Amino acid sequence: MCRRLSLDVEKFQECTRLAVCQSLLFLPGRCSWISLPVMALAPPSPQFVLRGSQSAVNTLHFSCRSKAHSPPLLFSGSLGGLIHVWNLETRRVDTTLDGHAGQSVYWVKTLEGQHLLLSQGRDLKLCLWDLAEGRNAPVDSLSLDSVGFCKGSVLTEGTQGCWLLAVPGKDMDEVQVLDMPSKTSVCTLKPEAGAKVGMPMCLELWKPASSSGPLLLAGYEDGSVILWDVSERSVLSRLACHEEPVMSLDFDSGRARGVSGSSEKVLCVWSLDEQQNLKVCRTQELTNPGIADVAIRPDGKILATAGWDHRIRLFGWKQLKPLAVLDYHSAAVHCVAFSDPGRPGEQLLAGGSKDQRISVWSVYNQT
Amino acid sequence: MDSELSEVRHTVQEALHTLSSSKDGVQISEALRSVRIYLSEMKNPVLPREREEFSKIYFSTFLRCLVSKLSPDWLDLLPAGQLEELWDSFFLEGPADQAFLVLMESITVTVGLSYRLMKMAQVLSRFLKMGRLAELMWEMCQQQVPRGSSLLQETLLSKVVCLPDHLSNQMKEQSPSLFFPQNYFPLLGEEMIQVLQRISDSLRGGSDCSICFLSQILAKVCIHGRQKEILGVLVPHLTELTQADCIWQRLSWRLVESVPDRGIEAVVSGLIQEAPGARVLSRLLGNLVMKNKKAQFVVTQKCLLLQYRYSTEVLQNLLGYLALDSYRRTLLLQVLKDLLETWGSSSAVKHSPVEQQLYVSKAILICLSHLKESEIDHIREELLTAMMGGVQCHIESSLPQVRHVGMIVAETISSRIHSEGPHLKFQYEENKLTRELLSLVNLKPDDASPPASGSPVVPAPAVQPACLSPEGKAHQEEKDKGSDSDLDSDDEFVPYDMSRDKELKNTKAPVYIRDCLEALTSSEDVERWEVTLQVLESLIKRNPAATKEVSTELAKVLLHLEEKTCMEGFEMLRQRALVAVTVTDPVQVAQYLTSQFYAMNYSLRQRMDILDVLVLAAQELSSPRSLEKAKIPGRPEPSVQLLPAPLTPSLNIVPSDGWRRVVEERIKNKTRRFAKGSSRSSTANGPNKFNSVVGYFFFPLIERFDRPLVTFDLLGEDSLVLGRLVHTVGILMYFAINTTAAVPMGKALLEFVWTLRFHTDAYVRQGLLYSISSILWSVPAERLLGDLTDELLETRSWLAAVAENDPDEDCRKLAMQALLLMEKLKDKFQIGSS
Repeated sequence: MCRRLSLDVEKFQECTRLAVCQSLLFLPGRCSWISLPVMALAPPSPQFVLRGSQSAVNTLHFSCRSKAHSPPLLFSGSLGGLIHVWNLETRRVDTTLDGHAGQSVYWVKTLEGQHLLLSQGRDLKLCLWDLAEGRNAPVDSLSLDSVGFCKGSVLTEGTQGCWLLAVPGKDMDEVQVLDMPSKTSVCTLKPEAGAKVGMPMCLELWKPASSSGPLLLAGYEDGSVILWDVSERSVLSRLACHEEPVMSLDFDSGRARGVSGSSEKVLCVWSLDEQQNLKVCRTQELTNPGIADVAIRPDGKILATAGWDHRIRLFGWKQLKPLAVLDYHSAAVHCVAFSDPGRPGEQLLAGGSKDQRISVWSVYNQT
Repeated sequence: MDSELSEVRHTVQEALHTLSSSKDGVQISEALRSVRIYLSEMKNPVLPREREEFSKIYFSTFLRCLVSKLSPDWLDLLPAGQLEELWDSFFLEGPADQAFLVLMESITVTVGLSYRLMKMAQVLSRFLKMGRLAELMWEMCQQQVPRGSSLLQETLLSKVVCLPDHLSNQMKEQSPSLFFPQNYFPLLGEEMIQVLQRISDSLRGGSDCSICFLSQILAKVCIHGRQKEILGVLVPHLTELTQADCIWQRLSWRLVESVPDRGIEAVVSGLIQEAPGARVLSRLLGNLVMKNKKAQFVVTQKCLLLQYRYSTEVLQNLLGYLALDSYRRTLLLQVLKDLLETWGSSSAVKHSPVEQQLYVSKAILICLSHLKESEIDHIREELLTAMMGGVQCHIESSLPQVRHVGMIVAETISSRIHSEGPHLKFQYEENKLTRELLSLVNLKPDDASPPASGSPVVPAPAVQPACLSPEGKAHQEEKDKGSDSDLDSDDEFVPYDMSRDKELKNTKAPVYIRDCLEALTSSEDVERWEVTLQVLESLIKRNPAATKEVSTELAKVLLHLEEKTCMEGFEMLRQRALVAVTVTDPVQVAQYLTSQFYAMNYSLRQRMDILDVLVLAAQELSSPRSLEKAKIPGRPEPSVQLLPAPLTPSLNIVPSDGWRRVVEERIKNKTRRFAKGSSRSSTANGPNKFNSVVGYFFFPLIERFDRPLVTFDLLGEDSLVLGRLVHTVGILMYFAINTTAAVPMGKALLEFVWTLRFHTDAYVRQGLLYSISSILWSVPAERLLGDLTDELLETRSWLAAVAENDPDEDCRKLAMQALLLMEKLKDKFQIGSS
């Protein structure tokens, strides 16, 4: 008898619940159907977050592929003029480098392993650091003439210790290419007088397998991307792919395809054909305007963008299929970087933001 | 001549004598054979006149005698069943009507199971299997003077139709399956087709036949409720036969026309249901409705207005039948007018069950789809008037189904009246009901009748193009890809949920409650206003103290808030904010809200919002654990959890609890446990916060319902709000379980219910019944039986009446439920006292 009663009790509760639901949801004159979204994978969370740069993070650079004993490092340049060297095992700052007199650092890059570091700052200086054996002072510096925000680009030549450096030049629309470390100017690339391309905004030096001379991709203020032949000092192709200044570009030399982002809502993918002509192959509309940085993962599978809308977006690089929106930062993301290709499953993505944090993500690593 | 006659008589008498006296098998068989001569037509040693005499005068007597002799010993007088064979042959070869009558008679008079009964049943089943029934009916059809032999005809009729009943009465479980109605009537149908075939042959041969007997059989079977069985056989055959043959068509018309009046309803309604389409129905029935008043009444009144049990296909059959012939179209117009009159009568809307209203509406829609432009021209004015009246009383109804039906019918009528130019357009949500109705509207009359082979009408599936389109899209995409030089795809990566990727708003959300107040009341900045509304709920929950300072003010602002922009989820956000305020400061806000419910100058919408908010707040207050559960999956704040991950960037290290889980899983699978109680989720405990405030929610609401304001008359036309109010107090009662206020609340609510119990609106009655259930549920049993006995008894009789007589099905169900609950209460009390 007791069991029967309790069963009935349950049944009644069920009924009442139903009645309550009905009276709340299906009352006449009310269209409050709650539509549940189709369940997709919940967006991922960062693997960890690096705090302590104490000012907005402008640039990031991984250095993981190194000798067995040294830990993977992440270099970050901040608005406050400091360069932080993060140890990714302890997730702490190993070293803080101060060489730009408190002026914003907007490009860092290592050369030849982890010990040689190049940094570019708003104090119009490009510093070269040797970090071996705990040193933390610049060994060399190069003064620049451009006051813009254009990051430099480096191409390591075959010969040991020699590399090419491209930096914005003295004139407004100039790009200077230097042979380092001798600092001798190789050439100055200046568009013809009537081109009116404005300042260079981003540079990418690379050397195709086929041709002998290095090439330079430069994004300009007027929204166009120009392909330079460095040795010939000539424009190979010019593509006007944006309405607004090109903020960032990256190039996948394996597929001969590159991507550029501007302050608009559009991401533009272009390709380079055999005749060295650039042409647009597709554009991708975004929800919010403003892309500060783009990066293609070294394995050529994922494209990441740093958005002014506080979000990092991931796309499949082959078809530009939107994959994820990483929503962690509370201010504009300034830079994204992928770690060097290690074993599959170890490729990290880092995003540096105006909110002074660096988020480190491990996504799409399962292969 | 006399000598010849006497010779027959002599032979028969001799045989009878031998049968009664002799014990010798050979002698008996010889006697039987001598009589059998008169049956067989082959050798023909006897004159036809003699045969006729025998069959008319002596046959049945002789058969009765044979039956009386029947016993196992008697049949064994000759070896190898010779005698039995001989015995059977008299029944199987003689005139079918007499043989059948004798068989039936002897079966019905036999008392109890016996050898004889079994033998008779066996012979009867052989009789049926040999198609003797067709013979019997054919004989009756050939008799040109049905009036004279009406007694015989009547007897045969009842025996033929009631055969399954007689047999099962006599034989109980032993009855062979052939005599089951589901087997017998299809057989009868087959036999009837045989007879009809013979009749059609003989008509072609130029001789006359009467079909009357068949019609009577058909009528009687249908009256006995076996339409499905017999028509299930007859209709497909007739459908095929009447397709190209006008004699068969005439035959079928005559068959239905000569059905006696009392059977016409059963036959016609059976045919309407069984016919596979309007065209077939028209071939089978002909213009019966124009000739037969009774049939006309059945088709135009009874099936449409008095009953509502048929499916939509049947309705389509029926109305399609009316539309197929120009004579019958006048009836169609008349039917439409009658239907519209019912549809538009406010009393019918109020008092008839929803199902019937739906049925009538469907019929109207089908009618309209059959009408031509020219016909509509004639009745345009009438249609308009009917629509105007009807749509008003439908929209006034508090049942959503009725409203939807009214809207759709009105839309259809208006679009038919003015084929060009603006017509009515209502907003209703799409659901099963509306889709079904709309599919009827779009049905072309020509589609309504499928080909003769056809299955019942199925509305053309509108899904198909929708199914195709994604494929088409995929195809398109493939084309796009084809143009791309890069053929490989990104399919190896599964995208994450990107639904939160919304446009970024620049405005900062307010951080203080008072800022919210200011933003909501005075802000011209639309974005700020929207952001405020979005964060308000969480803000209130985070700052209860600050909220309490301004709770009433905030509730007031929210209650009067109007949607300034087309904002997604505005209603929900506002409601949730209001609920949060109410939960934070229940006493003040509940007092305010309940007082505003009866205040002037509120719209019905606002008053119903008040009720919703009170219910939701009560729910939240009464169950602490529901705080988590009740959260409606809206849009949660973007939250980030840092994963507990190893300290290195390498992810290859197996997470330590991963293997543990795997091992535990394996152990669990391999371990057999003997006592395995169902795992119980631990329920959250805590004081019922609703206890101290329930009165503020409940009592003010039921205080003033009977005092009409200028703009708000609960007992008058605003019965929708009354229904909501009743539901609300019922739900509040339910949430008041285990509170001290439950007993006075129950008492007050019982009185409240009592005053409203005869309300005409079904929705209000549903609420009342629900309230009763919650009273029975929430008020402790001993108090209920101790303090409220009289009220309870009165309520019980009312519930019983509702459960029996209420036109609304939901009401009946709810009343049943309440009655059951009362029974349980009684049981419980008895257990408690004993």
